[in-house]
Amino acid sequence: MNELAAAIPWLGKRNPTAARWLILVIALVAPVIAWQFGRSWVRILDFALLYMMLAMGLNLVVGFAGLLDLGYIAFYAVGAYTFAFLASPHFDVHLPFWAILPLGAGFAAMAGIMLGFPVLRLRGDYLAIVTLGFGEIVRIFMLNLNYPVNITNGPQGINMIDPINLFGWDLSRNLQIGENFSINSLFLYYYFFLLAVAGSIVFVHRLQISRVGRAWAAMRDDELAAKAIGINTRNMKLLAFSLGATFGGLSGCLFGAFQGFVSPESFSLMESIAVLTMVVFGGMGNIAGALVGAFVLALLPEILRDVAVPLQQTLFGHVLLDPEVLRMLLLSLAMILMMLLRPAGLIPARARYSHDHHLSNKLKQEAAK
Amino acid sequence: MITLLEARNIGKRFGGLQALSDVSLTIRKGEVYGLIGPNGAGKTTFFNVLTGAYTPDGGEFVFNGSELPTGKPHKVVARGIARTFQNIRLFRELTALENVMAGHHIRTKAGVWGVLTQNRFTREEERLTTERAYELLKYVGIERFADVVSRNLSYGDQRRLEIARALATEPQLLALDEPAAGMNATETGQLKVLIEQIRHDGITVMLIEHDVKLVMGLCDRVAVLDFGKKIAEDVPAVVQKNEAVIAAYLGGGKHAH
Amino acid sequence: MTPRTVVRVMPARLMDPTAAPDWRLVRLGKGIMETLIQQLINGLVIGSVYALIALGYTMVYGILGLINFAHGDVLMVGALVALQTMTFLMGMAPGMSPLVMLSIALLVAIVVCMLLGFTMERLAYRRLRNAPRLAPLITAIGVSFLLQTIAMIIWGRNYHTYPQLISTTPLQPIEGVFITPVQITIIFGSAALMIGLLLLVNRTKIGRAMRATAENHRVASLMGVDTNAVIAFTFVIGAGLAAVAGVMFASNYGIAHYGMGFMPGLKAFTAAVLGGIGNLGGAMLGGIVLGVVESFGAGYIENLTFGFLNSSYQDIFAFLILGLVLIFRPTGLLGERVSDRA
Repeated sequence: MNELAAAIPWLGKRNPTAARWLILVIALVAPVIAWQFGRSWVRILDFALLYMMLAMGLNLVVGFAGLLDLGYIAFYAVGAYTFAFLASPHFDVHLPFWAILPLGAGFAAMAGIMLGFPVLRLRGDYLAIVTLGFGEIVRIFMLNLNYPVNITNGPQGINMIDPINLFGWDLSRNLQIGENFSINSLFLYYYFFLLAVAGSIVFVHRLQISRVGRAWAAMRDDELAAKAIGINTRNMKLLAFSLGATFGGLSGCLFGAFQGFVSPESFSLMESIAVLTMVVFGGMGNIAGALVGAFVLALLPEILRDVAVPLQQTLFGHVLLDPEVLRMLLLSLAMILMMLLRPAGLIPARARYSHDHHLSNKLKQEAAK
Repeated sequence: MITLLEARNIGKRFGGLQALSDVSLTIRKGEVYGLIGPNGAGKTTFFNVLTGAYTPDGGEFVFNGSELPTGKPHKVVARGIARTFQNIRLFRELTALENVMAGHHIRTKAGVWGVLTQNRFTREEERLTTERAYELLKYVGIERFADVVSRNLSYGDQRRLEIARALATEPQLLALDEPAAGMNATETGQLKVLIEQIRHDGITVMLIEHDVKLVMGLCDRVAVLDFGKKIAEDVPAVVQKNEAVIAAYLGGGKHAH
Repeated sequence: MTPRTVVRVMPARLMDPTAAPDWRLVRLGKGIMETLIQQLINGLVIGSVYALIALGYTMVYGILGLINFAHGDVLMVGALVALQTMTFLMGMAPGMSPLVMLSIALLVAIVVCMLLGFTMERLAYRRLRNAPRLAPLITAIGVSFLLQTIAMIIWGRNYHTYPQLISTTPLQPIEGVFITPVQITIIFGSAALMIGLLLLVNRTKIGRAMRATAENHRVASLMGVDTNAVIAFTFVIGAGLAAVAGVMFASNYGIAHYGMGFMPGLKAFTAAVLGGIGNLGGAMLGGIVLGVVESFGAGYIENLTFGFLNSSYQDIFAFLILGLVLIFRPTGLLGERVSDRA
């Protein structure tokens, strides 16, 4: 939050408190503003929040621990499919939301450890390719495990997944207040996801400035030296993989419930790359960076879709670049240009405090006396 | 004097190169022990084997009366041996304070759950870690750079920081790999004071060094390696006069500074 | 994630033609021995294509320590440029002999890909040579997707039928074993190219400069080697080989599209690692071994898993091999020729 506030131009440095309030207000009124442009924009914001959670989880693995994971979306898939299996007519199981959430997170974490074990000793670039292979294997299984026993329902995916139900409060129904006022379901999901993102920020931030976060950073900066001061790098890597996967699994559960259906196409390599681009674009190793990167890169293609398509219509008479192509173009260019021109990302992690500054300031003052 | 570390017949081979053969030596509690020898004599290899970075082909280390695990650096550190590197290896994106705090990792316990809930134990541990790290920065004399990212520190300060980080693991034996490399006379003098202070505070020091003057002035005892074999081990004055040593090291191309 | 995402929605079989066993050949084979030989031939064919691609990976890795993630997409560009050229020639000179047409198309593809390789190195990778280790790899991933997107813009999302200028009518050298003239051409063509490359690297001045640069950049440049030129040359050669591989690949399966480079690229990388990355002979061996394993795996997986898994899982083999090799023998079959950059 502090990092995010500090990143706001002008205001961030002069008045951090005001900047923090500004962020809070924007976060709260964003869907109301989006609603003015059409309900699909609120939906896009909901998805942007899910991307933020994903980006935070991947940032934990790539940015904090320095492990380039190109198969991250597989954990998202594990979460989403867990939810789909346990809350849909597919197996005719309908467990409550709160029961599935820990299961989805747990399975994803287990998948993270399963992936982690064999790749522990790999160098950075090999690790990337093997994790990519892992992601593809998961996707291939999702596509083909409809035969001879129908588990995943193949390319069609699983439909009619139960919505999120918070102790009897169904988020997929508009909330009726009084006679003539109701809150759209998309808003309910928005605020619920916002809460989830806020919770994630707190958790990830606490991790970053802790003993664990320091050990990750040490491992990322120099693995040999990290071993030489007694860090058990194997365990720390597994921890990073499993915690990152937990985030993926949790957001996967939310995604499955929100979207109402899951299919392998939502979990392609392109999605792993998209999340990675968000982290890279925002600034690796930096929570604010991951959040801003996810927000910008989730929204920008949609804005382009709205602007570029009619623009092309008027200019050329037909659509040259369809929105999907534009999205890919944007993501790949973002990745390349960012690495070439601003490798630290939009919000460089210059303020990578991993200790309590007030404390160290206090100590310094004492020392000065 | 009590024996702290005993190396028994340590051997290490890389392909066709016998980097260490049958090296045995004994380090006593509280002394400063020098390991010298010409380039490529196997000094750094000995450090790497001792600290678990490499697994020895033969032999064993007895530390504080029981055998050291081999090939498991974090277990060696836990037993009380810390090291520095010949070419400084700091965590370059972390501040000086964070580097030292990271060094305290093995002596702290907070896990994910404690971190997430920020329970009293974790907060207290974190506070102690910070304070202790700051004390160590003061100890090596760079506390004013506590919040400077370590890659921006001067060379001499980086060396000091690396020592502080090693001390944070609360070692009984501190192994320094050429701590004076690249330092000028003033810096070397300050380093000598620091090492003496460390010894005075009850930590045994083992160091690899090329600066013969430093070694002779600082070390209680010295071992000389040549082509992976120990050719002498004694107090500096005796070693200095040892003919094999003079032939291998002092006379053999590399001059004393 | 959004429901509108329709990238790679094709089932694995269509997206990657290698996933589909060549039914013409499989169905015709009868006895056990014949099937065995048939699988071997199929494996050799696809394996030599993998080997050609793997050479590009391994050369660049040997010199820069970079996994040029976009290498597979160079193959795609080669295949599609050749397709474009052939279509153009068929329109302009319908009477042209197929062999001449193929040669011209191949030449155009090679030149375009070489330029592409040169540009990639010059604009992207060269600036990142001293960057932190993740930066070049992330850039390479970006370049890969950029190439796919550009190809999608130029050639659309559709699958293009690839003209088969060399006959695909199966010959029957042994009773029950089939091989097409295209496949024969692929095996011999790639063998010739590999020999050529070995001669280039081992017998010429530029080859010696390449080996020197791979050994140590700084020392090589102190010895008067223009390392920048050598690195650019390596990219260019690798891209040229990829162009040929692309045309072979597309001719063999009769399909080409913007995403076709991804899987063979990944598999060729696996082949390079399997053989020992940085090692030219290793890349060739790795390619052939991978091709054969895959071919046998796809043929027998159904029996091995009691019908639970079928040939749609063929792509898994490459990943499994990659994982196993990296865990148990990271230096590959013939040993790695790169100093550890950890």
